[in-house]
Amino acid sequence: MRARFEPIVGRYMHLDLFGRPHRIYVEAAGEGTPLLCLHTAGADGRQYRALMNDERVTARHRVIAFDMPWHGKSSPPAGWHNEDYQLTSAQYTEMILTVMSALGLERPILIGCSIGGRIALHLALEHPDAFRAIIGLQAGAHVDPYYDLNFLHRADVHGGEVCGAVVSGLVGPDAPEAERWETLWHYMQSGPGVFKGDLYFYKIEGDIRSRVAQIDTRHCPLFLLSGEYDYSCTPEETRAVAASIPGSEVTIMNGLGHFPMSENPPEFLKHLLPVLAKISG
Amino acid sequence: MIEALKERVNDDPALVRRGRYLTTTFLLEVGATAWLIAIFEGRIMSVTRGPFVMPSSSFALRAPAEEWEKFWSRRPPPGSNDLMALIKRRVLRAEGDLQIFMAHLRYFKEALAKLRPAQASPQVSPQVLPQVLPGASA
Repeated sequence: MRARFEPIVGRYMHLDLFGRPHRIYVEAAGEGTPLLCLHTAGADGRQYRALMNDERVTARHRVIAFDMPWHGKSSPPAGWHNEDYQLTSAQYTEMILTVMSALGLERPILIGCSIGGRIALHLALEHPDAFRAIIGLQAGAHVDPYYDLNFLHRADVHGGEVCGAVVSGLVGPDAPEAERWETLWHYMQSGPGVFKGDLYFYKIEGDIRSRVAQIDTRHCPLFLLSGEYDYSCTPEETRAVAASIPGSEVTIMNGLGHFPMSENPPEFLKHLLPVLAKISG
Repeated sequence: MIEALKERVNDDPALVRRGRYLTTTFLLEVGATAWLIAIFEGRIMSVTRGPFVMPSSSFALRAPAEEWEKFWSRRPPPGSNDLMALIKRRVLRAEGDLQIFMAHLRYFKEALAKLRPAQASPQVSPQVLPQVLPGASA
């Protein structure tokens, strides 16, 4: 029996974040312009597995994804067992810039989904010169809580089951079954309270509505791609963000949901490849 | 139509197994029509149509009939494809002891989706799927 190996290579790196030592998992594939990928809340870098396995992307890009602290194969910092994890925009920004610096990434293309799409808007506003281009997937300026987030982390509700079940309807109807359930499995694997802690940024602290119109795409091109079936960040919300940012480009992806790169890679790549081609000029 | 829930859920062994620790009665309101749905260890024991004088239930799911109609269509439009989507749009009200609802959220989502006209299977093109009738195996 001969195994087939993917071209993805993963490593652990040690670096200080927020004044504390962290052990962070990062994986990469391909050569060329760095393409830094940010996963959604309560998931991890495996969401970008298809991009890292697609030669149309990796022939010209070094695709890099790291698991945020507390997520995937990255550990929470020592002392986590007596803390409630809660992501803020300041922490998220510092984390991304520090990882970029540690990996020696010079003006990468940034692609982020959901919370990654939200922080992409923050970065487009505050650090536009650090990026060649920014691609926000399912990127809205704000989402009001629409269920009691406490259900995501309490002893009488199984965290993995409820996280997977809460987001299951955010997968679009045309997603292949294997990719749909792979995507949900990542949610089911997230640690206790991690999804909830990410949503603190997404639904409460990371609201950028009042400032999003100040994004200047002359410093950094901004592309917004959203799935038709996403009811968390709806196409209408994405269009509203795009309408308020001159020069931004918006694509609504029919049949796709909240996790385009993970739930339905072939359909997503039909939308992403033209954007990458445009960025590379 | 709602009565079909009993057979369609009970005919799905994986769904019943997933609900093996679920025993409860919940209230489903489709517009002005109320239904009490009793579940024992994942199997639906009864689906009873109101009106009721004093219905006892652990929680209630209430939405206008036209919203359920969209939710129960073969390919629900965006915003109508999932219970959480209906809740996000504030057209479905979930009230009562929601610990039971949230602890078994996947069960309730999949059970109520059984009332769609055909269980679309990705391995089979929709054209060749037989229409699922009440009482038929789903």
